[in-house]
Amino acid sequence: MAFESTSALALLESWLASRLSADAQEWYNKKRADLGSDREFFLAFALVPRNLGKADLELTDQERSACTDWDPSNWTVDQAARIALLLAGPDQSFIARLEKLCATGDVGEQITLYQALILYQNPASLTQRAAEGLRSNVVPVFEAVAHRNPYPQRYFDDAAWNQMVLKALFIGSSLHPIQGLDERANEPLAATLIDSAHERWAAGREVNPELWRCVGPFINTNRLEDVKRALESDNPLSQEAARLALAASNLPEAKMLLEATEDKVLSWEEIHQALRHV
Amino acid sequence: MSEDPSKSNEPIKLIDPHVHMSARTTDDYERMAASGVVALIEPAFWLGQPRTTVGAYMDYLSSLVGFERFRASQFGIHHYCTVGLNSKEANNEELAEAVMEILPLYLQKEGVVALGEIGYDDQTELEDRYLRKQIELAKEFDMVIMIHTPHRDKKRGTSRTMDVLKEHGVDPAKVAIDHNNEETVKEVLDRGFWAAFTLYPNTKMGNERMVEIVREYGSEKIFIDSAADWGVSDPLAVSKTFRLMNERGITKADIEQVCYHNALSCYGQSGQINEEDWLNPLPVDQRNLFHGNSVLRGGQTPRVDEDSLIIE
Ligand SMILES: [Zn+2]
Repeated sequence: MAFESTSALALLESWLASRLSADAQEWYNKKRADLGSDREFFLAFALVPRNLGKADLELTDQERSACTDWDPSNWTVDQAARIALLLAGPDQSFIARLEKLCATGDVGEQITLYQALILYQNPASLTQRAAEGLRSNVVPVFEAVAHRNPYPQRYFDDAAWNQMVLKALFIGSSLHPIQGLDERANEPLAATLIDSAHERWAAGREVNPELWRCVGPFINTNRLEDVKRALESDNPLSQEAARLALAASNLPEAKMLLEATEDKVLSWEEIHQALRHV
Repeated sequence: MSEDPSKSNEPIKLIDPHVHMSARTTDDYERMAASGVVALIEPAFWLGQPRTTVGAYMDYLSSLVGFERFRASQFGIHHYCTVGLNSKEANNEELAEAVMEILPLYLQKEGVVALGEIGYDDQTELEDRYLRKQIELAKEFDMVIMIHTPHRDKKRGTSRTMDVLKEHGVDPAKVAIDHNNEETVKEVLDRGFWAAFTLYPNTKMGNERMVEIVREYGSEKIFIDSAADWGVSDPLAVSKTFRLMNERGITKADIEQVCYHNALSCYGQSGQINEEDWLNPLPVDQRNLFHGNSVLRGGQTPRVDEDSLIIE
């Protein structure tokens, strides 16, 4: 694992120290020194944004490099401070506080709590909590678990992983920011995604081009027909995605089909960017 | 007659500072956004049927600061709320005690602009007790208070509420007294409170009467809301009244005070609602709540697809 909770705390606090004004730092220190009682903690947690603001952290490359596969590039000052206060409290209060915050949290708090899963003590025990975040109807809360978060890749079993990917497509979220998408691709997921593509075609709906990314390595002769359909669609991004999927396949027919197409291949990231800006 | 503002190029900005969106549909959100509503406030209230457990109450408050806020954002509307124990459910003592315990957890959440709506319904002893306890709580957390005035025995109930607020030493500039009518408005304004009016068909104010009230009492401390909920009510009440006032010759400046600025000034004292939220949103809010959402924002022509502007 990338972090002990204590080193995560030190890291967050070092980022804060170089960004907070003297007044804000003083407020933080005062609250940090008084985390024993639940009442004080919940109050401090709630008051963070109005005392420290919600500016983006805007980490330097050097700061970012200390994070290995954890990607806090979208984190804000209040998010870092809230997680620091949660981590700095007594160990024995941690789980109860986390659960209560998740149950009563406003949108910003829920995003904050879920995107930090990887920093908590014993993260392997929090898969149910993470799954609860994915059940949220609030898309940014779902994305706080699914996107730019190494937690699912490291701790989800295939069933939970596959549900997450499927839901991301279903709610119109994107796949590219899911960490470990290629590494965790699996045969049952490919089968489910192909089924969902058929459902969408039957309903006359578009299939998200990103879907083919998880199918590519599992193309067989049957699925080749489906990829062909994407390749022949009117949507240039679907065509590009189909080419990328074919390129990820070892099936000789897939190679042949790929060679018969024009060779203009975007990356998955470029497809993702293009989809975001439609 | 002055120029119809809905035909001018400058986009109409409206705030509905009292509307129970949890009881409304996405069609309502769409129509409100299209009519110019940029922000709204959803006060915690009862659900038409009493809750029997504190857990149900917590889930409701969590949805006000959670899912409902997100739902509104999908239509380009900024959602704020108030948190409090309403007068009807204050009559269940066991529930009320439990709710008082958990309220502080919610008072400082993002977008909570006041403690409310609180006040009298039947003016019982229990209602009085929890009104006073919540006034003290609001003072402790330095919050704005939203007062619900009773439907029955309104005039005396309203005076009594203001007496209680005074007794507890609350600054009237930090209190909105809602659901006023011709009978209550003078005393409310004379005593320095904000006077809110609910344009609610049949039971509360009609908007032709509202026009006359603005004519008589001016726009300095008056604002209007729809209080639309699960009953027969009208989520477009603010925009209809905006247009009616214009048709009937109220000045543009007065109309904007009553339909936008005053609610902002009153609840803005919380620090939790600010014009910048929609004029110049923070990157983090755009990323999380308003990303990819351009459907209803910028350059749209406000519209109200209704035959009549009159609410009776
Ligand atoms: Zn109400």
